[in-house]
Amino acid sequence: MSLGTVLNRTLGLISGKGGVEHWWAQRLTAIALIPLGLWLVFSFAGLSNFDYLTVTGWARSPINSVLLIFAVITISYHSQLGLKVIIEDYIHAVFLKKTSLVFSNFLHIGLAAVGIYSIARVAFSVPL
Amino acid sequence: MAQFRLPADSRIKQGICHLAPKDAGFTKSFLVYRYDPDSGENPRIDNYQVDLSTCGPMVLDALIKIKNEIDSTLTFRRSCREGICGSCAMNIDGTNTLACTKSIDEMKGDVKVYPLPHMSVVKDLVPDMTNFYAQYASIKPWLETQTPAPLERERLQSKEDQELIDQPSACILCACCSAACPSYWWNEDSYLGPAVLLQAYRWIVDSRDESTDQRLDALRDPFSLYRCHTILNCTQTCPKGLNPGKAIAEIKKLLVERHHHRVPSEK
Repeated sequence: MSLGTVLNRTLGLISGKGGVEHWWAQRLTAIALIPLGLWLVFSFAGLSNFDYLTVTGWARSPINSVLLIFAVITISYHSQLGLKVIIEDYIHAVFLKKTSLVFSNFLHIGLAAVGIYSIARVAFSVPL
Repeated sequence: MAQFRLPADSRIKQGICHLAPKDAGFTKSFLVYRYDPDSGENPRIDNYQVDLSTCGPMVLDALIKIKNEIDSTLTFRRSCREGICGSCAMNIDGTNTLACTKSIDEMKGDVKVYPLPHMSVVKDLVPDMTNFYAQYASIKPWLETQTPAPLERERLQSKEDQELIDQPSACILCACCSAACPSYWWNEDSYLGPAVLLQAYRWIVDSRDESTDQRLDALRDPFSLYRCHTILNCTQTCPKGLNPGKAIAEIKKLLVERHHHRVPSEK
């Protein structure tokens, strides 16, 4: 916590010229997640069981693979945008805030990469 | 980092109980936050038993009666006693509102009276509004024009144009909404808060103003504007029945349009 006064920081405020893109992307990904989420839920509900053969058999069809990749990208992006806001809201120590933001970004990119690789691997593998 | 309790010298202790006189009619207890920085003591809650048979109907009437008849050291701001000056904004029965328009009858049981939450306390029910006013000044709350004013008359507005600013200009800057906003609690130095953003909106949509684009650009900031997460405590608590939450949403919409089209916003 800085020893400087709150008023000093208020008076020194200038616009960071940003925020619109973040706000717009968060809304767009939220809207995209409505059909993608419903599709995921209904697809899983339609599976007879959840063993490896059944699930990979469903996931390897071209439409399902592509939609799954869309879902992974949208969920990761939306989650990254949301977590960024939470970190900015609650973590005020500068070093901790910056490192948390960088860590969160890497984490989400990593999760998206793992998800996309897994889907591709299933999609391009020879059916058992 | 995380602080889960108030600092030791801010924790509230039990205070003095001022009993009602024996010949009192119908009495009600007012539990009032007391803090005197000069005493060096912790804040305390004093209990004032007020004789309602000789008291006006509003919470402010009870506070004035306490100050006049029971304890002259009780400190609070008040002026117009009819909900137009915004001085007596405080937290009554858990909600930020104006003491002068809050009826005592509305509340069952004891009446809890605290200063506006989150603001530094100067004394008793008087919060420090310095930062709030500095933020208000930062949005340039005045008409900015280049066009010379008409010679023998005011700058005219159509009825529809006036209606756009009619509600936002009814704001009395009591700060009930900003002090009720969790986002403002966490980031009071970088987020402008609902009251100030409502006023920013009031000048953005004013058909006579010629600085709309600069005003929007000044708000284009992840913190100044976008800390609003539509919690809507502001709209719920506003003692004037205004809707700062909607005004902030309108500013966000104008910014998206401006961002995508780079055309002057239509008024």
